[in-house]
Amino acid sequence: MQTDFLEIGNGKAVDRHRIPHLAFEDFRTQAMALVDSGGKVVQYFAYEEGDGIKLLAVLRTDRLLTAGCDAPEAYPAMSLTCEPFHLFERELAEQFAIRPEGHPWLKMVRYHPNYHGRKDVFGNDYKADIPGNYGYYAVEGEEIHEVAVGPVHAGVIEPGHFRFNCIGERVLHLEIQLGYQHRGIEQLLLNVSHRRLPIIAEGIAGDTAVGHGLCYAQAIEALTDKAPDDGARIIRTIGLELERLQNHVGDLGALSGDVAFLPPANYCGRMRGDFLNMSLWLCGNRFGKGLVRPGGVRFPMTDVDRETLAGRLQELKPQVCHTIELLFATPSVRARFEGCGAVSNDDAHKLGLVGPAGRACGIAYDVRREFPTEHYAQLNIPKNAKPTGDVYARARMRADEILQSMDIVESLLENPVLTQCVETAPGEPAPSAMVVTLNEAWRGEVSHCVLTDDKGQIVRYKVKDPSFHNWNGLAMSLRDTGISDFPLNNKSYNLSYCGFDL
Amino acid sequence: MIKTLQNRFEQGYRTSRYPKEPIHLPKRYRGRPEINADAPAEVVKACADACPQEAINAENRRIDMGRCVFCGTCERVSEGRFVTFTQDFEIATAQKEDLVTDGTLPELEAHAKNHFKQLFGRSLQLRQVSAAGCNACEADLNVLATPFFDLARFGINFVASPRHADAIVVTGPISKNMKAALMQTYEAVPAPKAVIAVGSCTLSGGPFRGSPEIAEGIDQLLPVDLFIPGCPPHPLTNLHAFLSFFK
Repeated sequence: MQTDFLEIGNGKAVDRHRIPHLAFEDFRTQAMALVDSGGKVVQYFAYEEGDGIKLLAVLRTDRLLTAGCDAPEAYPAMSLTCEPFHLFERELAEQFAIRPEGHPWLKMVRYHPNYHGRKDVFGNDYKADIPGNYGYYAVEGEEIHEVAVGPVHAGVIEPGHFRFNCIGERVLHLEIQLGYQHRGIEQLLLNVSHRRLPIIAEGIAGDTAVGHGLCYAQAIEALTDKAPDDGARIIRTIGLELERLQNHVGDLGALSGDVAFLPPANYCGRMRGDFLNMSLWLCGNRFGKGLVRPGGVRFPMTDVDRETLAGRLQELKPQVCHTIELLFATPSVRARFEGCGAVSNDDAHKLGLVGPAGRACGIAYDVRREFPTEHYAQLNIPKNAKPTGDVYARARMRADEILQSMDIVESLLENPVLTQCVETAPGEPAPSAMVVTLNEAWRGEVSHCVLTDDKGQIVRYKVKDPSFHNWNGLAMSLRDTGISDFPLNNKSYNLSYCGFDL
Repeated sequence: MIKTLQNRFEQGYRTSRYPKEPIHLPKRYRGRPEINADAPAEVVKACADACPQEAINAENRRIDMGRCVFCGTCERVSEGRFVTFTQDFEIATAQKEDLVTDGTLPELEAHAKNHFKQLFGRSLQLRQVSAAGCNACEADLNVLATPFFDLARFGINFVASPRHADAIVVTGPISKNMKAALMQTYEAVPAPKAVIAVGSCTLSGGPFRGSPEIAEGIDQLLPVDLFIPGCPPHPLTNLHAFLSFFK
C-alpha cells in the first residue's frame, strides 16, 4: 500500500525532520488504511513540543512505518472501525486530554491526571487517593450477577481489578481494570539523570527486566551511535532467552497447579529457580537486572562461565523435557486445557495480540524473526503458531518455546564469547532524533520510543509492554467460559500489571 | 502412572539444608557491602557521584541499603577500593537507621522482638500486598513455596485473607492508586500484627524515587518491624529475615 508514512528500522535513529508531518485527516486516513489491511500498531502516542501537542504513530506491516501530525483536541475515534487503536486512544485521552469522539469504551486506563493540566476527559477528581470514580461495563437482566475480584488478590501477585458479569457460573463479560500499579514512569524518565534510566527501565516489569533493559539500551545506542560488540550481542541474546525460559517454565508449573496436577507444578517451580540462578551466575541478579547497559554488557562470559552454564543446562534439559511430556500426556490436564478460553484468529487480529498469546491464535509474528536485534539475525527462529487459541494452545506454545530456547542457549554457549564490558555512562543523545526499539520478550513485542529535541534532550520516552495488547485477549478468553476457569486462563497469559500500568 | 513415577525419581530430593548448613551464592551475587573506611576521598566521591540511587554519603562513608539497588556501580567505579559487595545475603534489619551502614550490620536475631517470637514462633501466617511492585520482589517471595526453600516446613505460610494473617509483607513503592487498598489490608489484619517491608521500592521508593505517583518509604504510612533490602532481595535474604526475626 502506498502511503506517506516513512519506513524506519528497528533500533535505527532517524532525523525527526525526515518523519512526515501530515495533516491530521491524512494521518488518520492512512493510519487506518494501513491497519485495516493487516498492519498493527506498535506505538501511537502524543508528546508536547513548543506550545502544541503532536501525535506520532509507528505501525508495522512487514516493515516499520512512521508518521506524525498536530494533535486535535477532539477527533472521530479510529477505534470505531479499526479496533487495534482502542487502548491507544484511551491512553491518549488520559495522558493528553485528546478526546476520541464516539470511542466505544472511553474510560481511563491508569487513573492519573493528564500531563498537560488540561480539563480531564473523564471528569475525575485525582485529589483523592482512591481510584474508583468510574463505572463498569454491566450486563442487565434479572439473573445476572457480578463478581468483583481485587485489587488485592489471594496469591502473591500484583494488584488489579476484575469485574465479571455472569449468568450462573458462565461469564458473559469480564472487564479488567488496571492502574493500581501506576508509578508515573514515562514522566519520571524525563526528569531524572541519565544514570538512573537503566535502573528504571529494568524496573518497568521486573519479570521482563532484560526485555525492557534491551529496548532502553538499544535506543540509547542508536541515539549515541555506539554499537555493542558481537560478544555482547550474544550475551544479551542469552539473557533474553534465559528470561523466556524462567517465565515459561514457571507458568507451565502454575498451569499444572491450577488443574490440580501437582508433580509438574512443583518440578517447574524448582526448575524455574535453576534458570533464575543461571542469570544470577551471569550477572549477580536472578532477574538479569544490571546485565545490559548501553554499549554492551557489564559482565563477561568467561570460559568457566560458559562451562558452568552449559553444564547446568545439560543437567536441566532432560528434566524439563520429561516434565513437559508428563504434563501434556496426562488426560486430566488435557481435559482442562483443551477448548478452554478460546480466542478466534479474527478476534486476535482485532485485539492486536502479540507474543505466545497471539501465536496460540495462529498469528506467527515474532520480533526475533521479523525485525531481529542482537544475535537473532544469525539464529534460525522457527515460525511458531497454533490454530486453536485455547489454554492448550497457549500452554503448548510456551512448551515449544522452552524447547527452542534451550537449544538456542545451548548453541550460543558452544563457542568462546569475547566482549569488552561497559560501565561508563553513554554520551549525549543526537539532537532532533527519533528511535523505536522492538524486542521479543517472553510475553511478546516490547517497544520503547524515544524523541530528542534540538539540544539532544529526551522530550518523550514512550514505553509499551506486550501486556498492553494482551490484557483484552484474556477478557475475550473468558467470554462464555466458566468463572472457575479464570485462574487457568489468567495463568496461560500471565500478563504484567506493572508493565501495563507504567 | 509410570511416567509420573519416572519423573519423581528423576527430580530427586531438592530441599535445601539451610539454615542448618550454610549456602554459598555465586561470586557475582551482590550482598552486604563492605566499606573501606580508609579509601581516598576522591574515590569515595566518584562512587557517590556515580551511584544512580544517591545511596552513598561521601562524608560519613556509609551506604543506605534502603536506597541501594545493589547494581554494583560503586564497586566497579572504585575497583573495589571503597566498596566491595560480599556474598553475605543475611542483610535484613529491624531498625531503619541500621540500613545506613558502614559495612557492618547488627545481629538481626538480637534485635528481634521477643513477644513476636513467642506469638508467631511456631506458626506465622503472612499476607503479601504488592503495592506497585515490579513483580521481581513478588516472584522471589513466591519461590519460598517451591521445594528448594519449602517455607512451610518452618510453619510459615502465605495466606489468602488478611483476617488469617499475623503480618503483612509489602512490596513496591506504594503507588497512590494502591495506598487505600494497602491500608485497608493492614487494618483487616487482627492485632498484634507485624509489617515486613521487602525491597528497595518499599523502603525508599527505590528506582522510582522522585515520582509524585509513589510514596518514598512505607515507614511514612505504617509502623515497620522488619526491613529487607535488595532489588529484589534474594529469597534466602527473605528466609533468613523471617527465621531470625520470628522463630
